[in-house]
Amino acid sequence: MKLLVIDTATEACSCALYLDGEIQDRYVIAPRQHTSLILPMADELLAEAGLKPTQLEGIAFGCGPGSFTGLRIACGVVQGIAFAADIPVAPISSLAALAQATYTKYGAVKVLAAIDARMHEVYWGRYKIDDKDIMRCESKEIVCAPNDISLPSEGQWYGVGTGWATYAENLKAKLGKMVQDYQGKTYPQASAMIPLALAAFQEGKIVSAEDALPVYLRNKVVQTRS
Amino acid sequence: MRVLGIETSCDETGVAVYDTKQGLLGHALYSQTDIHAQYGGVVPELASRDHIRKLIPLIKTLLNESHTKPDEIDGIAYTAGPGLVGALLVGAAVGRSLAWTWQVPAIGVHHLEGHLLAAMLEEPAPSFPFLALLVSGGHTQLVEVAEIGKYIILGESVDDAAGEAFDKTAKLLGLGYPGGPALARLAEQGNPDAFNFPRPMTQRPGLDFSFSGLKTHVLTTWRAQTQNKQTRADIARAFEDAVIDTLAIKCRRALKQSGLTRLIIAGGVGANQRLRSRLGELAKEMSVSVYYPRPIFCTDNGAMIAYAGAIRLETGQSEPLAFNAYPRWPINELNYSVS
Repeated sequence: MKLLVIDTATEACSCALYLDGEIQDRYVIAPRQHTSLILPMADELLAEAGLKPTQLEGIAFGCGPGSFTGLRIACGVVQGIAFAADIPVAPISSLAALAQATYTKYGAVKVLAAIDARMHEVYWGRYKIDDKDIMRCESKEIVCAPNDISLPSEGQWYGVGTGWATYAENLKAKLGKMVQDYQGKTYPQASAMIPLALAAFQEGKIVSAEDALPVYLRNKVVQTRS
Repeated sequence: MRVLGIETSCDETGVAVYDTKQGLLGHALYSQTDIHAQYGGVVPELASRDHIRKLIPLIKTLLNESHTKPDEIDGIAYTAGPGLVGALLVGAAVGRSLAWTWQVPAIGVHHLEGHLLAAMLEEPAPSFPFLALLVSGGHTQLVEVAEIGKYIILGESVDDAAGEAFDKTAKLLGLGYPGGPALARLAEQGNPDAFNFPRPMTQRPGLDFSFSGLKTHVLTTWRAQTQNKQTRADIARAFEDAVIDTLAIKCRRALKQSGLTRLIIAGGVGANQRLRSRLGELAKEMSVSVYYPRPIFCTDNGAMIAYAGAIRLETGQSEPLAFNAYPRWPINELNYSVS
């Protein structure tokens, strides 16, 4: 399969190309430069592989949660490519991407992914590896105060994501001995989404260009007088 | 050259296909007004969220209805500014990536250049040079259009845009949001002699406008009166008269100063019928020709972006793969030559 993956959900900007088992990728931490970087990255990867955009067979992207504008940059780019090339899209959770990368890197099989959501909140999800080495969300992904996170029932969990950098003390206090270790300075990355994207394509969890949409989690965006 | 145009700078999603030989092949528009009405103004985050839901379905409809196949598109034009940055980025991201995938050039269009050239979509189209009065919810400007690509701002609003003043005044009078058109309808029932409002900045030289004081004038008048249906209509009439009169006075002055003999009305307020007939009279009196785009091309639309984009793409201009949005972008910074 010829699959392109892009992510601009957080401060990081990344792109990966999967060609029947081979992976090439680009990854930089570059806040507010995603619009300048993302298409040149994709163009470079395709040029190196001698591919035209219309030869892609599928596309995946980090659909959120994350920065609203960041999510729409990746989403808009993906909608354009998917519509123009007439290929399906696999939307991938940013929290799942963090969990999958933690499994690949540290062998962690239970992961608590947290992204700093600003406004004293985190985007939060509990992930466990399945028998096909794919991270699955144990409960619903939510946005909440660090003190209101949904707790796992038992076991040793690995924390990952910027939520752990900002709110380590709150999260450790809530979770106690269930925290095995954590990595706060970690961002979602396109290359880490490839196993998730391949699984999504295999399981038919794909959508057309117009249905590829951001998952914001935070939906109350207007301050109204009560 | 056949160009797909995309407009997402504020609360309308607009798309169109323009062909430099065959003219406009189709256009489609989706307005978010209902979403923002309950908040009394455009909520930028909600606007962005809606653009990304609506843009691809709208493009699909457009291509179907204009019988355009994807491989017939030679270029993509998207509004790059000015406007709401998050909303602009949706159109830019989709537009730039469509162009990349189809391997055709893309161009980021100046929203106001779109408005200034919208009259070129009509028959007969004006020839250059001309004076353009651009009046919308975001802008009030008098622009000398020397030729395509050369825009000189002769005057502009120092505070509220004319359309903004209409909407804010409508809100003061309890007409809801966006109340500009409702205010214009109400004014038809008003007595023109009941009140006389000031014509701001007409007593001193220059071509700038100011409309925020008028709104305050409405508020103090409304508070001092018996607040019945007729008073409301009378105030609406006095307000509309003051705005139209002010615009006409400045147009006359600009035509005189510049010696231009063609006047173009563009922007959402350009759809106002009383403004149109007033400027029509002025044009007759001064022996200048006056041109208006059809009302749907006065408000934000994809057709004007497709047109302006096609002109620039034909000169060989295009954007790199790095795309961007420019929320503030003065039109006089745009300067290019078509020859």
